[in-house]
Amino acid sequence: MGGADTSRREFLRQAALGSACAACCGWARGLFAAGAPPDDAQFIREAQFYEKQAHKKIKCKLCPRECAIDDRERGYCGARENRGGTYYTLVHSRVATAHIDPIEKKPFFHFHPGTLAFSLATAGCNVNCKFCQNWEISQVRPEQVRGEFAPPEKIAELSRGNACGAIAYTYSEPVIFMEYMLDCVDAGHKLGIPSVVVTGGYIQQEPLKKLCAGADAIKVDLKAFSQKYYTEVVNGELKPVLDGLVTMRSQGVWTEIVYLVVPALNDSDAEFRGLAQWIKQNLGADVPVHFTRFHPEYLLKNLPPTPVETLERAHQIAGAEGLHFAYIGNVPGHPAESTYCPKCHKVLIERAGFMVTQNRLKHGKCPDCQTAIPGKWG
Amino acid sequence: MLPSGPSRREFLRACAAAAAYAAAGKAGVAAAMAPPKSRVVVARDPALRGAGKTPGSARVLALLDRALMACYGRDNPLEAWKKAVRPGETVGLKVNCLGGRGMSTSVVLVDAICERLQQAGIREEDIVIWDRLESDLESGGFRARGKVRCIGNDSAGYEDDLEEFGSVGSLLSRTLTRTCDAVINLPVLKDHGITGMTAALKNLFGAIHNPNKYHPNGGDPYIADVNMLAPLRRKVRLHLCDAFTAQYEGGPSCMPQWQWAYNGLLVSGDPVALDYTAWQIIERKRAEKGMKSLAAAQRAPSYIATAADARHQLGTNDPHRIERLEV
Repeated sequence: MGGADTSRREFLRQAALGSACAACCGWARGLFAAGAPPDDAQFIREAQFYEKQAHKKIKCKLCPRECAIDDRERGYCGARENRGGTYYTLVHSRVATAHIDPIEKKPFFHFHPGTLAFSLATAGCNVNCKFCQNWEISQVRPEQVRGEFAPPEKIAELSRGNACGAIAYTYSEPVIFMEYMLDCVDAGHKLGIPSVVVTGGYIQQEPLKKLCAGADAIKVDLKAFSQKYYTEVVNGELKPVLDGLVTMRSQGVWTEIVYLVVPALNDSDAEFRGLAQWIKQNLGADVPVHFTRFHPEYLLKNLPPTPVETLERAHQIAGAEGLHFAYIGNVPGHPAESTYCPKCHKVLIERAGFMVTQNRLKHGKCPDCQTAIPGKWG
Repeated sequence: MLPSGPSRREFLRACAAAAAYAAAGKAGVAAAMAPPKSRVVVARDPALRGAGKTPGSARVLALLDRALMACYGRDNPLEAWKKAVRPGETVGLKVNCLGGRGMSTSVVLVDAICERLQQAGIREEDIVIWDRLESDLESGGFRARGKVRCIGNDSAGYEDDLEEFGSVGSLLSRTLTRTCDAVINLPVLKDHGITGMTAALKNLFGAIHNPNKYHPNGGDPYIADVNMLAPLRRKVRLHLCDAFTAQYEGGPSCMPQWQWAYNGLLVSGDPVALDYTAWQIIERKRAEKGMKSLAAAQRAPSYIATAADARHQLGTNDPHRIERLEV
């Protein structure tokens, strides 16, 4: 009755996953003190990373888009505004959503597995992906959603008070709230809490290096391996993201990659192979790559969810090209959610959805063949 | 939607012409079946400001009357307005106040329109002046006047469901979707550093929640796509561009050093024809000032042609199909 056993185990895994999500996820507005809606003025700080130009114009130097912005106008992200020739972030300490999530949900699989991350976002994003799951915060202006006033010290205290092993900047695009994120990184470090960043990686080199100097891990959503897709689906550029990944590795910050596989748009063998080869050549075989399942959302509702077979094909190609840690995501209970030793192929960290059900690592090594497994294991 | 006066009349003329030419052979029929022209009224008054710097209310009202009568082919301004709106409707006046005082839709013009709307049977409380932000409206000089309301999208809010066309997915202002039955689009005539220039088509970015997403590539095809969103197509009845003071460089911010007193209004039911006409006015001024054309400056407003293409058909940018009427 092996089949029956498998089903039962799968059922229990799913149940465990559901319980974990119910306990950990969900809007954490209760984390913030109730009160009157906050005053907009307290969120506004002069931005970093911009140039002043003639006639009160400015040029943003945060992301490769380099928005040229007139007085009283905003950049593409909607979160930064030119006021009289000075550029301001409108989202410092302006939290649009916050949750306590398993760190596996980010996903980080090689960074303190089994811990919780205090996860937050402000409104705004510097791209406009047609499949965005969080468009109701990423594709709006800050004043179009309720924001909670949460200065960096408060974020750090809330993280500690809720037994979170990290602060995660996620859901929308943390690059656009760079000033706030950098201040939260510092506040967290003062309390011994690391910071992890979940980003599209569409950022200029100077701010990226500043971020790498503070952040403890960065997960990049590499949305495709073609400029065509970046143009038509993401509204961004591929090359700066690839350049950014190289910089992250050279700066020594722990890096993982997610590749959301969208049927018919970025799921060819050639693209998977080109991606895997590029990663191996430029970042090394030890960078974890998560091939995750797409669900129809936002402006891309006409496509089906990614077939599991497609994800397995991507996973297989990545392995064949020599990547050591390829995963399948958004398919709870799939064996490729777990971490295996690249040498002896024994399971090291077993996962069910966002839950770690078994962790056999000993001091960051395989207990069977003593191979060192790259990551931040604590 | 009410058909705009000129288009309807032109259509009937074309039908009559088709009948007349029916016996004249193939070539005659082809000529008769050519699409009707779009009328753009350019109304100007060199004495609009009198001895002062600002337009006088009586001269503005007279200029507005001339423009509307010419647009709709009526010899009475109220009859002209009745071609655009019906008693019982709530009428939105979509102004443009991003440039603040000095480069916003003129208060004196909006006052004149409110006066004529009421005389045409629209109740005072059924007139709504609206734009993106309350603060923009205030900086443009608009406050509630009598029972006429002033509403920023930031206080009215946006719909919860996306409206989509082509490259665009946006939430629409509830003022547009829930409050207004009809909209009079009241842009200003000015240069725009990204999209080349801005008049009728781009002013409707003020109806969506995410205009910042739609400036890449000079706003092309986004501006045309936004104008295709169904509630805008249903409700916008007339485009009336305030060109009392126009700006040929440095926009969209207010830059007095690049402004000139054009002392005019541009009026049309066809936003593409209006924008094409407005673009030519700006280009002539730039040439007169020895400046590069917008094309040479790498910011020709290509979205105007896109708005006229087969996919959008929002109007015409073909000068041979634009009837420019100067009054």
